[in-house]
Amino acid sequence: MKKILKYTLFDLLRSRWNYIYFGFYLIFTTSLLMLSGDVSTVIISLMNVILILCPLIATIFGVMYAYNSREFTVLLLAQPIRRSAIFWGQYFGLALSLSLCLLLGIGLPFLYYGLSSSGAAWEFLTLLGNGLLLTFIFSGLAFLIALRNDNKIRGFGLAILTWLFFAVVYDGIVLLLLLFFRDYPLENAALGLSILNPIDLSRILILLKLDISALMGYTGAVFQKFFGTLWGTIVTLLSLGLWVLIPVLSIRMIAKRKDF
Amino acid sequence: MRILVIGLCCMISVLAVQAKTITVCPSCSTPTIQKAIDQAVSGDEILVKAGTYQESGLTITCPLVLRGEGMPVIDGQRKGEILIIAADSVTVTGLEFQNAGVSHISDLAAIRVKRHDYFTVTNNRVINAFFGIYIENGKHGTIKNNVLLGRANNEMDSGNAIHCWYAENLTISDNLVRRYRDGIYLEFVNKSIIADNLSEFNIRYGLHFMFSNDNSYTCNTFYDNGAGVAVMFSKNISMTENLFAQNWGRSSYGLLLKEIYDAEIIDNVFQKNTIGILLEGSTRLNYQNNNFVRNGWAIQMSGGCLDNHFTKNNFTNNSLDLVVNSRVNNNTFNGNYWGEYTGYDLDHDGLGDVPHRPMKLFSHVLTEAPEAIILLRSFFVDLINFSEKVSPIFTPENVLDEAPLMQIVK
Repeated sequence: MKKILKYTLFDLLRSRWNYIYFGFYLIFTTSLLMLSGDVSTVIISLMNVILILCPLIATIFGVMYAYNSREFTVLLLAQPIRRSAIFWGQYFGLALSLSLCLLLGIGLPFLYYGLSSSGAAWEFLTLLGNGLLLTFIFSGLAFLIALRNDNKIRGFGLAILTWLFFAVVYDGIVLLLLLFFRDYPLENAALGLSILNPIDLSRILILLKLDISALMGYTGAVFQKFFGTLWGTIVTLLSLGLWVLIPVLSIRMIAKRKDF
Repeated sequence: MRILVIGLCCMISVLAVQAKTITVCPSCSTPTIQKAIDQAVSGDEILVKAGTYQESGLTITCPLVLRGEGMPVIDGQRKGEILIIAADSVTVTGLEFQNAGVSHISDLAAIRVKRHDYFTVTNNRVINAFFGIYIENGKHGTIKNNVLLGRANNEMDSGNAIHCWYAENLTISDNLVRRYRDGIYLEFVNKSIIADNLSEFNIRYGLHFMFSNDNSYTCNTFYDNGAGVAVMFSKNISMTENLFAQNWGRSSYGLLLKEIYDAEIIDNVFQKNTIGILLEGSTRLNYQNNNFVRNGWAIQMSGGCLDNHFTKNNFTNNSLDLVVNSRVNNNTFNGNYWGEYTGYDLDHDGLGDVPHRPMKLFSHVLTEAPEAIILLRSFFVDLINFSEKVSPIFTPENVLDEAPLMQIVK
């Protein structure tokens, strides 16, 4: 698996798209830092971008890569290598290359502008950690979609729909539910619903690290209390962990049975 | 002979009128302040030298000056009140009052002014009191340059630093009040000035008006209180050049206005409050040249607010600029600077050509379903806000700034 991971990673690191992705983060973060200078404001702006872009790029790029490397995959399948090693190697190679782009693209400007002295190091790490997790989650989902669908068009469509669902539609449904059942106490329901969506969960985790978290407490301490406690942290980490684990395990299951 | 007699008479009368100074120090002939007060007659000065005096229940019943030299300490040992002023024209200055009593039945204070006027309380320190300075029915007083430090933990068993009840023409200035229930509390207080005070870390309000009319407060700082200032059931209050900062946390406000009429709110700064201004039933108020910076909500307007006029205010980096709960209102926003304004100014007159709608759809949603706060800053919320901005359906149509400024007001 290591060898395949290495090949995939090096193959991707030479790819033009990866550089564009890296360059975008680099330029965007640098310009934000230059324009604003206030690290915590920049983190909020970055949060909006990362929460949209990380899943989007991971899904699209993941599907694209899975389809493009199909011939290579078939070639590998002819060799005496475990199937799970082949697919996991490719998946981790992809996720790692995207994560590297994110890590360096955002990390370098922050280091340059003196992150350690700004006192926002913890917020920044939360942001970065969530970005990385989202990358792993959504590239896993993308691989899964590509494996399940041999039809490229269908695969792409599904991938985009998946992203759209988690990034936009899900929140819409939550909002509708909240409005529809507004006569009932809904804090716990809202909490439960947001834990189910990795993008929402990341957003809330980042917000709670920022001053803005006071607003979360406005309607009642439920949100802050939940995420602030050990139990809340365990549940959130468990949820995000499951979101990584389920696609990864499903990849193996499908890869085992799939007929190429 | 006759001249001599007249001269003698004059001298005697002068001597009789001239005030004497009674010095109090631990080793003097008058070692306690109580003794000095007993000896003193109208117009005398009691000079208290440095030291600690364990006394309480001191009552001044004639006009005199009580002056401390080198910050002498009067330790009340938790036995009731320390000093009661029950005469006109009393001055208390340069003393430190410690450990006044705490009671759940009566409002014990370190210094109480009881039904007399023209008092001056300056340069004192009050440490660890239930109520700090308590004005009970007094007029024409000055409370200046005092430092009041408390250690209030909860609203139930804590008092106010400066508490005024039925008073008129007071000047409360340059005081530091910290960790009481209310920093400065005014009930039935009229025509008074509150200036240059620093009120911080109080459990409830930094400054609290109840049924108090024709007052002004200016150049004060309210920092990290439960709520900065609460103005309730009052008329004609002028609020200028104050700083409301860091009133941040669950249900904290910079300024809470409830049932007030005819007020001017000018040149204030609201910075990092959960809610900058919360209005309820407030009528005929003018807001000018205020800065709203990095608040959760800059302004929250509940029902029954009429004739509130906002001009030349800056709204920058607030999570939500405005929430208006009622659809019917005649409040106006005109010529303010909105950080979120995205319009243009083709004729270069400094005013945006497209009206700005400060009330977002998400603000409206929050009033309907407060739990939706969990969607704060999500992409979907940005989308609905944008679509609402393009064609307003849910938000009140008349809440808009026809002439938003392109440049921030300096």
